[in-house]
Amino acid sequence: MKKNKKYVYPYIPNSVPEVKAQMLKEINVESIDDLYEEIPENLRLKKELKLPEALTSEYDLKRHVMGILFKNQTCEEKISFLGGGCWQHYVPAVCDEINQRAEFLTAYAGEPYEDHGRFQALFEYESLMAELLDMDVVNVPTYDWSQAASTSLRMACRITGRNEVLISDTISPDRLLVIKNYCKPVVSMRMIQHCPETGLIDVEDLKRKISEETAAVYFENPSHLGFIESQGQAVSDMAHKNQALNVVGVDPSSLGIIKPPSHYGADIVCGDIQGLGIHMNYGGGMGGFIATQDDEKFVMEYPSRLFGITRTSVEGEYGFGDVAYERTSFGLREKGKEFVGTASALWGITAGVYLALMGPEGMQELGKVIMQKSQYAMTNLSKIKGVRVPRFTSPHFKEFVVDFNNTGMRVEEINKSLLKNNIFGGIDLSRNFPELGQCGLYCVTEIHTKKDIDSLVQALEICLEGRI
Amino acid sequence: MKIKENKTMRNFHEAKWDEPIIFELSTRGERGILIPRVEKEIEDCVGDGISVIPKEIRRKKPPQLPEISQMRVLKHFLRLSQQCLGADFNIDIGQGTCTMKYNPKINEVLASSPKTREIHPLQEESTVQGALEIMYKLDLFFRDISGMSRFSLQPSSGSCAIFAMTSIIGSYHENHGEAAKRNEIITTIFSHPSDAAAAAVKGYKVITISKNEDGLPDIEKLKNAVSERTAGLLITNPEDTGIFNPEIAEFTKIVHDAGGLCGYDQANANGILGITRAKESGFDMCFFNLHKTFSAPHGCGGPACGALGVTKELIDYLPIPIVEFDGNKFFLNYDLPHTIGKVRGFFGVFPVLLKAYAWIMSLGAEGLKEVANIAVLNNNYILKKVKEIKGATAPYAEGKHRIEQVRYSWEKLTDDTGVTTEDIACRMADFGFHLWSSHHPFIVPQPFTIEPTESYSKKEIDEYLGVLKKVAEEAYEDPEKLKNAPYRSVIHKIDQSSLDDPEKWAISWRLYLKKKKKNPGVFKTKKNR
Repeated sequence: MKKNKKYVYPYIPNSVPEVKAQMLKEINVESIDDLYEEIPENLRLKKELKLPEALTSEYDLKRHVMGILFKNQTCEEKISFLGGGCWQHYVPAVCDEINQRAEFLTAYAGEPYEDHGRFQALFEYESLMAELLDMDVVNVPTYDWSQAASTSLRMACRITGRNEVLISDTISPDRLLVIKNYCKPVVSMRMIQHCPETGLIDVEDLKRKISEETAAVYFENPSHLGFIESQGQAVSDMAHKNQALNVVGVDPSSLGIIKPPSHYGADIVCGDIQGLGIHMNYGGGMGGFIATQDDEKFVMEYPSRLFGITRTSVEGEYGFGDVAYERTSFGLREKGKEFVGTASALWGITAGVYLALMGPEGMQELGKVIMQKSQYAMTNLSKIKGVRVPRFTSPHFKEFVVDFNNTGMRVEEINKSLLKNNIFGGIDLSRNFPELGQCGLYCVTEIHTKKDIDSLVQALEICLEGRI
Repeated sequence: MKIKENKTMRNFHEAKWDEPIIFELSTRGERGILIPRVEKEIEDCVGDGISVIPKEIRRKKPPQLPEISQMRVLKHFLRLSQQCLGADFNIDIGQGTCTMKYNPKINEVLASSPKTREIHPLQEESTVQGALEIMYKLDLFFRDISGMSRFSLQPSSGSCAIFAMTSIIGSYHENHGEAAKRNEIITTIFSHPSDAAAAAVKGYKVITISKNEDGLPDIEKLKNAVSERTAGLLITNPEDTGIFNPEIAEFTKIVHDAGGLCGYDQANANGILGITRAKESGFDMCFFNLHKTFSAPHGCGGPACGALGVTKELIDYLPIPIVEFDGNKFFLNYDLPHTIGKVRGFFGVFPVLLKAYAWIMSLGAEGLKEVANIAVLNNNYILKKVKEIKGATAPYAEGKHRIEQVRYSWEKLTDDTGVTTEDIACRMADFGFHLWSSHHPFIVPQPFTIEPTESYSKKEIDEYLGVLKKVAEEAYEDPEKLKNAPYRSVIHKIDQSSLDDPEKWAISWRLYLKKKKKNPGVFKTKKNR
């Protein structure tokens, strides 16, 4: 290849020299460099960037990138019991078909006219989530559950005019880091303890800590540690008695069989849609939802886009558009509610497709199957000598804590051993929940077969044999 | 070679399926998909699985989702997709500031691989070496492109990156014992609304520098604004006007001298890749929107990434974890002493990072510079042509060249005809095009913003400009026609007023049905046309 050969780039049509020349002539400029005349010399980059040599053919590029990606081992190749807020569920083929459509994939911010389909699909997503949550208002998705929880708490502060939030200490530690930074330095946070036996919120501790400073009480259901919080109504009642709001984070895949938080008094509900038809994508498949009832005081505190349905100038035609756009930072800059911009819209459309496919029976069955399979796993794991499952006595959904403290082995060692058997063991809790000692958070969904679970039990038995 | 001008107008009509709302498709008993079965042995072992759920928390009535067979669901959403004008169909140069460029299909192939999709963020590091390698190398690329010392790929959008920058500004001053004193962040009126809004979320008082006569942020006003209360500056360059601010290094110096940090909003860096960098302008931080400059698709508004870079002094403040390489393996480093914590769950939107990586690898240093060169050439070509359209002007910087975009004005056209920039946008939809006004407030009256990027050919640009010219002529000839546009889009003029009225807004189908039941006339078309 000649050193100075100029490519015509497939992605850059006007890199054709003749076209370039014609355009320069049209604007009466000698060279493209002249167009940068406003950039002072001392700010101009004098050297070439040091990037690797371009892989100009698509084939070479594909070989190169796939060569790197082949170093990944996937949850399809192994049996994975990892959860913790990013879950391996089955993704229906129709979900991928729709979210790969070029029309949706490459659209951005068109008007309700040329992008009617985008508006309708996201309105339908909001509407399907509204049924699942049994609430009237759902936002166009934000980044993820962490952002949704952060914003829900800031909304609660604005609604109540207070600046302290109480958070259940069984929250996901990853999420807590996001919330902490999002609250700092405007909102203060206090943690509510849990009952060491059941895992449930220590209502006495909540009673001690709640006050007229409290804007919101936040807990997750099922909790990060997998157990189902059954005291939702009591917590709501206590929050409301103190004129505070009850904010609940929820895994939507549980809502076919478990009451939505609105049924036990939640005022703002948030969570993640990744489990609704979106691949894990190394944690890139997350999308956050926020839901409330249709109370103007609440609706006007959302920072997010809210797509609404309206009439058009033609009878019988549905139109869509932004509801109360003026509340957003697009409308009012720093005087708007928090900030809004690009977030996770495509995952919202995908979750809408998922819920439309699943229907009421699908969501019920999904919940039931997850309950059955996770209980089967708990039952059989608990038969292993020295292993205590579940660590908490409350009923669980999808995830549960496996206590290895009496095995004499660290979770890290156990997981290394499982990996040799092509199993990704549960999340090591020893770093973020040191009080639990050597415990792992295991996740079982509808995708796990009896054989998968039996393989885990067998591998653990072998790994722990002779250690106790 | 003589290139023929494209003079033909496209006889366009967008698909119109008149598709019902998904709930209207429900037929009792239909199923879209079935759930994996439970083996008999499991059922024998644990029973129905759900009787263990305490009664007070068990859902008795199933969610009122529609019941629809699979092909009908597919058809519904395919039809909706046909009623959406993605950049793959459009000549999407009218969505200025958003850098609508070609999103290469090969990158979608790579991102659809199970090797991308089916990995869990908490897998052991040895099993995700490929993902970590992509992230590590992308960091290296961005260091080179920006002159910064380290990148975090965690922020999930430009706004998220701005929020991370304000968080770093806060933690930096906290660490230097000045957090209480330094409570002001300065930005400019032509910088993105989130530069102001994210600072306010962090509790900062926001000072917005207005423009001078040349359309640039006023340096004298900056000098007056800085003080011992200054925490930092968040600024774009070039701003939405496309005019490069030649005093930018003085701006950062003024803020540094006052003790503040400088964050560069490079959401859109398309026109200056390989030309000028954050480092030489004196910034402490910058970010790139990978869904803009670096070719990842916009996905109707995400998922996305705002890759955040900082100087050596600020590495310890980055969100955790960052990716490191020990010469043998890639690993996640959580040990940053002053970290702000996190701005998103897990590590960022990996498929978007992968697409940006592939795009850079396909172009290399020379290709990236060609991207900037052609984007700027296209923009200045359009600038000349738009100024020839009756009723359109390009305020500020007369006679100067612009970088990647221009904020134009229909003020003259509106004064002459009463037709507004929104009316023009509606009419453009009749030809299969999108035209965006601009962010609020409308400093430039009746604004519109065109950003051609490098992706569109001269022929396509000429086609778009031909339609824009035609529509402007129509405004002069038949303003009423534009007032009632669009005619060939999916729908007709929507009633905006009900979207702003708490009695009438309907943010879900169930709310629509409730409000309609309460007040049957509320969604009927007014009979005044």
